[in-house]
Amino acid sequence: MFWAPLLPEFVVGTGAIVLMLVAAFVRRSGAITSGGAVAVLCAATVMLIGAPQTTGPLFGGLLAEDGFAAFGKLLIFLGAAVAIVGAHGWFAEMAGGDGRASGNVAEHGAEYPVLILFSAVGMAVMVSATSLITLYVGLELQSLAAYVLASYRLTDARSAEAGLKYFVLGSLASGILLYGISLLYGFTGTTDFSGIAAAFTREGPHSLGLLFGLVFLLAGIAFKISAVPFHMWTPDVYEGAPTPVTAFFASAPKVAAVLLATRICFGALGPAIDAWRQIVTVVALGSIFLGAIAAFGQMNIKRLLAYSSINNVGFALIGIAAGGREGASAVLFYMAVYSVMTLGAFLCILRLRDADGQPVEDLAAFSGLSQSQPGLAAALAFFMFSLAGLPPLFGFWPKLQVFIAAVHSGLIALAVLGIIGTVVGGYYYLRVVKILYFDAPTATLRHVKAPLEGALILLAALFVSPLGYLLIGPIGRLTGNAASSLF
Amino acid sequence: MSGVPVLSFLIAIPLLAGMAALFVGAHAARWVALVATLVDLALGILLWRAYVPGGPQWQFVEHVAIGGPLGWSLGIDGIALMLIMLSVFLMPICIGASWRAIETRVPEYMAAFLLMEALMLGVFAAQDLLLFYIFFEGGLIPMYLIIGIWGGPERIKASYKFFLYTLAGSVLMLIAMLVMIGQTGTTSIPVLMVANFTPSLQAWLWLAFFASFAVKLPMWPVHTWLPDAHVQAPTAGSVILAGVLLKLGGYGFIRFSLPMFPEASAQFLPLVFTLSGIAVVYTSLVALVQRDMKKLVAYSSVAHMAFVTFGLFAFNRQGIEGAMLVMLSHGLVSGALFLCVGVIYDRLHTREIARYGGLSNNMPGYALLFMLFTMASVGLPGTSGFVGEFLSLTGTYRASSWGAVVATTGIILGAAYMLYLYWRIAFGTSMHADAAAMPDLDAREWWLLAPIAAVVLWMGVYPESFLHPMRDDVGRLLTRIERAAPPGDARLSTGAPAPALKAQH
Repeated sequence: MFWAPLLPEFVVGTGAIVLMLVAAFVRRSGAITSGGAVAVLCAATVMLIGAPQTTGPLFGGLLAEDGFAAFGKLLIFLGAAVAIVGAHGWFAEMAGGDGRASGNVAEHGAEYPVLILFSAVGMAVMVSATSLITLYVGLELQSLAAYVLASYRLTDARSAEAGLKYFVLGSLASGILLYGISLLYGFTGTTDFSGIAAAFTREGPHSLGLLFGLVFLLAGIAFKISAVPFHMWTPDVYEGAPTPVTAFFASAPKVAAVLLATRICFGALGPAIDAWRQIVTVVALGSIFLGAIAAFGQMNIKRLLAYSSINNVGFALIGIAAGGREGASAVLFYMAVYSVMTLGAFLCILRLRDADGQPVEDLAAFSGLSQSQPGLAAALAFFMFSLAGLPPLFGFWPKLQVFIAAVHSGLIALAVLGIIGTVVGGYYYLRVVKILYFDAPTATLRHVKAPLEGALILLAALFVSPLGYLLIGPIGRLTGNAASSLF
Repeated sequence: MSGVPVLSFLIAIPLLAGMAALFVGAHAARWVALVATLVDLALGILLWRAYVPGGPQWQFVEHVAIGGPLGWSLGIDGIALMLIMLSVFLMPICIGASWRAIETRVPEYMAAFLLMEALMLGVFAAQDLLLFYIFFEGGLIPMYLIIGIWGGPERIKASYKFFLYTLAGSVLMLIAMLVMIGQTGTTSIPVLMVANFTPSLQAWLWLAFFASFAVKLPMWPVHTWLPDAHVQAPTAGSVILAGVLLKLGGYGFIRFSLPMFPEASAQFLPLVFTLSGIAVVYTSLVALVQRDMKKLVAYSSVAHMAFVTFGLFAFNRQGIEGAMLVMLSHGLVSGALFLCVGVIYDRLHTREIARYGGLSNNMPGYALLFMLFTMASVGLPGTSGFVGEFLSLTGTYRASSWGAVVATTGIILGAAYMLYLYWRIAFGTSMHADAAAMPDLDAREWWLLAPIAAVVLWMGVYPESFLHPMRDDVGRLLTRIERAAPPGDARLSTGAPAPALKAQH
């Protein structure tokens, strides 16, 4: 079977179509589609683990189902599954009271998990693309689903605004990306990554046409990973989109886009490392510092986490700038830990409700949470300290990995500035902990019962706790193998 | 005790107890914490007894690879042993001091303290560079929570200042560590201690480590977080801050800066001596005019820590041994002084010196112990303070006589501010009825202060107990750094005594 390596994508894609039909013909099918989608994603993940990995290109060089793609898909599928689980409880809660028991899931259309599945297929194509065409198709499949998801709450004007903003700016970025692709194709005569790399070697890295193509390509991708200076949409979209959607945006699509950037930089643009390294360096530092400084005054937790995600992407980009197998491995490690931390933080936020059952986004309302819900507050504090990269929490380790990779590549100045950036960023993560622990309680938050989400939060908290260090070996082997398949 | 991972136990016991404390009630949490710290103390005493002075440099060595460059590598020499003893000795006292003073969120408080203890012990026992960093930095989180949750009115500002100052210092050290790992390909501290870096690289690495340790110690002018943190922290927090956390800076100098970068240490000696000299004079003068007891003791800490840096960078045995003893002595004495402040603060809820007076009338037991610790802080012979300061000044004199001149003024100024403090608090007659009505120490407070007093006298009368385990390690350090030792300006020589003319044989 020629399509055997693509089995996980087929499963997710077919699952999405079948669930869409279910949603169309069965009333109140939210629970069914959610459960079905999670099952589909889990099945796809299991297949990933068992699948034999081919190293060569497939379908005439359009895709490569190598270790790198497999690792990426693992993160994407799991992240998407967690986003669906978190969303189901949240929408049920929004529908009024104990929505789960009554089965009243008015706002939670059954299409939500379907859209996430389509997006997941797109992301899976993104991380395995070895041609500019498949790259673009994957990216657009993911993005179109994401635009709809951002505007998912019909009754909320902010959600509509977020969707529109995301769509307009996202299309612009896609246009820039396409322009870059067309330039590269025009000057190299191929859309194949290896062909482009060969052209760069042949023409030298300073061929003007190739450089233009490279810059536009990277600019388009920078938008997708919300790196400075193409980050402007992020806080608005994160704030406006329904919180479960924000949780999704901050995890799986981010992983996919960063991995895509890694594969393009190391694969297609590999010979031009001197050309793109300066771009990536500037973008990385800009993201780190802007993400850190702009978050100072934020009082909305979603906006704050949006800046946090900009900040974190900057650190991942340091790994790309470092280059080589070590750098690629560090990026993968970083994104793995980052998705756990950020999903964990969002799962905590999804559980916060005021007395009327409305979701709480204002940071001031978090004050004294450590006294009313100590477990939740402790978990959130764990994620904050971990996102800040403070030892002994596990978030420190991936940051250290990218810095080690940078120092090994001789980019000491970049490492120094990046590390200084962690101190600047440390301030606002500390502020969240201060509000949770030092401030006196003001508002009464309702205690939301959600055992499944609770278990996921516990797992994530254990992962970022010092116990996570025990996983350095296994994760390091996975990321090392995945990184090797790029070279 | 060979084969038993005793250092791992030492770290694991408070860690597990801390987690257990979170799940029990307030009173049970206190007992869990007390028992765990006492068990750790007992384990520490066993460790001291089993430690072989003059044996191998690193004892109780454990190594388990974790993955990547990180390894669970523990092991101690005599210097680390003494600091571990200081930590395990002070911890039960801290728990005792918080027994009644902390009323809110007791389980979390005890958990934070126990986590603190585990991390501090980890710092002293770590033999892996990255493990050291993780423990070193990890200590910030529990201290941040302790100051921020249970501190005084200005606690938020103080906790931020503490956290960001120390974090900013430490990250520079992290960069230096990454460069060192890149250069040598190892994270093992014992290997790095004998690695030779080029002098130009040494200078940069030294400065990066210096940034971290100077903030931690703290040295002038980066000491400003300390008075805030001390004043706002609860009593036990101040005790552990002054008693152990400040020692991490001195330990860092002795473990990293001196043996790893001897040439750079010699090169920057004028810088260290200048900063230490300013610290001694300036912070002593500042201490003299304080109205807040805790602030006074905090500034005196900065002045005392300057003796440590003077001694360490003297590049001779007296200086380094003296610096170690000053660290141990200061850990006990300043801890005890903060407890003394805490005792009367618990009664009157003010730290203003002027509100007290004449306490020797109604609190004779308190006045006695307080006097002992005051004298130890001043450096009266017979107390621990004297031995350390004397050795450290002797060492300083051999390295730089001007340095010694400046440093010695610290003794005079120290006597001035401490005696002035004691006079205002203990003597005369009380101006305030409530201060005159305060009861003397109760049994719990005796139990907290008397053990410290005993050790202070022990160290003052027979310091050999404490110097003995460290002697070989100081010797190894000296052979390592002597190639870079700057020539001292003191012209001490035995000379040629004139022959006794009329000696009869």
